Amino acid sequence: MSINRRDFLKIAGVSAFMSLGGVSVIQQLWDTNVEAAQISPDPRTLTGKRWGIAIDMSKFKTESDYKALSDACHSIHNVPVINNPNHEIKWIWPETFEHAFPGQEDEYLTDSVKHLPFPLLCNHCENPPCVRVCPTQATFKRSDGIVMMDMHRCIGCRFCMAACPFGARSFNFIDPRPYIKEQNKEFPTRTKGVVEKCTLCYERLAKGNIPACVEASKGAMVFGDLADPNSDIRKVLGTRYSIRRKAELGTKPSIYYLI
Amino acid sequence: MYDTGKIIIGLIIFVGLITFPIYMNMGKAYEKPEPKVDTPAIQQWEKEYGKKECVESKAYMKTEHMKILNEWRDWVVRDKNRVYVSSSNGKKFDMSLQNTCMNCHSNKKKFCDSCHNFTAVKPYCWDCHIEPKEKEL
Repeated sequence: MSINRRDFLKIAGVSAFMSLGGVSVIQQLWDTNVEAAQISPDPRTLTGKRWGIAIDMSKFKTESDYKALSDACHSIHNVPVINNPNHEIKWIWPETFEHAFPGQEDEYLTDSVKHLPFPLLCNHCENPPCVRVCPTQATFKRSDGIVMMDMHRCIGCRFCMAACPFGARSFNFIDPRPYIKEQNKEFPTRTKGVVEKCTLCYERLAKGNIPACVEASKGAMVFGDLADPNSDIRKVLGTRYSIRRKAELGTKPSIYYLI
Repeated sequence: MYDTGKIIIGLIIFVGLITFPIYMNMGKAYEKPEPKVDTPAIQQWEKEYGKKECVESKAYMKTEHMKILNEWRDWVVRDKNRVYVSSSNGKKFDMSLQNTCMNCHSNKKKFCDSCHNFTAVKPYCWDCHIEPKEKEL
């Protein structure tokens, strides 16, 4: 059977059209998502472009000032208390200046800075290296700047722990449940084999509350939107000298320390 | 054919063994799992709204609850959406396994487990999510 040029073009045109149409039909069938109106954020949710915290170091005097922060955080997030340092889990913890800011420890620092523990937590970097390395997107950056963990997806590869320059991540080497004294029934625990870290209290922001550590600090920490020039945190940062941990690495941390 | 007798006897034994589960269970009543929906929270709901209802219709929940849970976790954790509007009754629900589902279905052993054990599925929800406290029966 021979075919002339005119018939060939007709058949080619029709089949191209059908194949394009076919794709859209299949997509229509495939797309069984609910309508957008069916799900929505909680109306109380605090919204921002880039959440950050400024920590006023002049307001930390005694050990109980630090303990208040970690107690508030660790109790509501079911963070286990494991004394073995190889297995310990921490979301917010105190650390000395030379460990928190390596490279900035000058020989003759004032005593107040030299011996002052700094409260450390996940820096919720603008350019988070942990997110880049995560093979399952279990850790990801939300549109409000929070570097989040989706525990459902974490496979425990610990690439993120290797990538994080701040040591903000802990791995569950053992089942954490027996080490949680009092469970907060409204928040899940974690399981053996996942990495966890501070989530900037995303579950509290969704109900219109500020993060637990900021609330417990009684004014020593300022929470706000770094992208909003009129926010409290930007006003504080505009008037006080502040430093960030390892800013030279270019991860752009969102946690500022006011000296 | 050589050894006909041995082969036939062997075949009979083989068929007898392989059909063992069938005739062992013959005549036994098939016990259908009955998930209980009579917790105090559900009874309270019934009093308030006049009927028992879930986030979607009973038939839908029976077949699709695992898909709903899967979608809910992505919507909440990844997309920051927390409110779900039921397509069956228009009511709003906080998308949370621990705080919404298990608030009504506080009888995990007689609700979740009754079917999951029957069908031998072991969802790993409870590795992390805290199950409601129940009296040991």
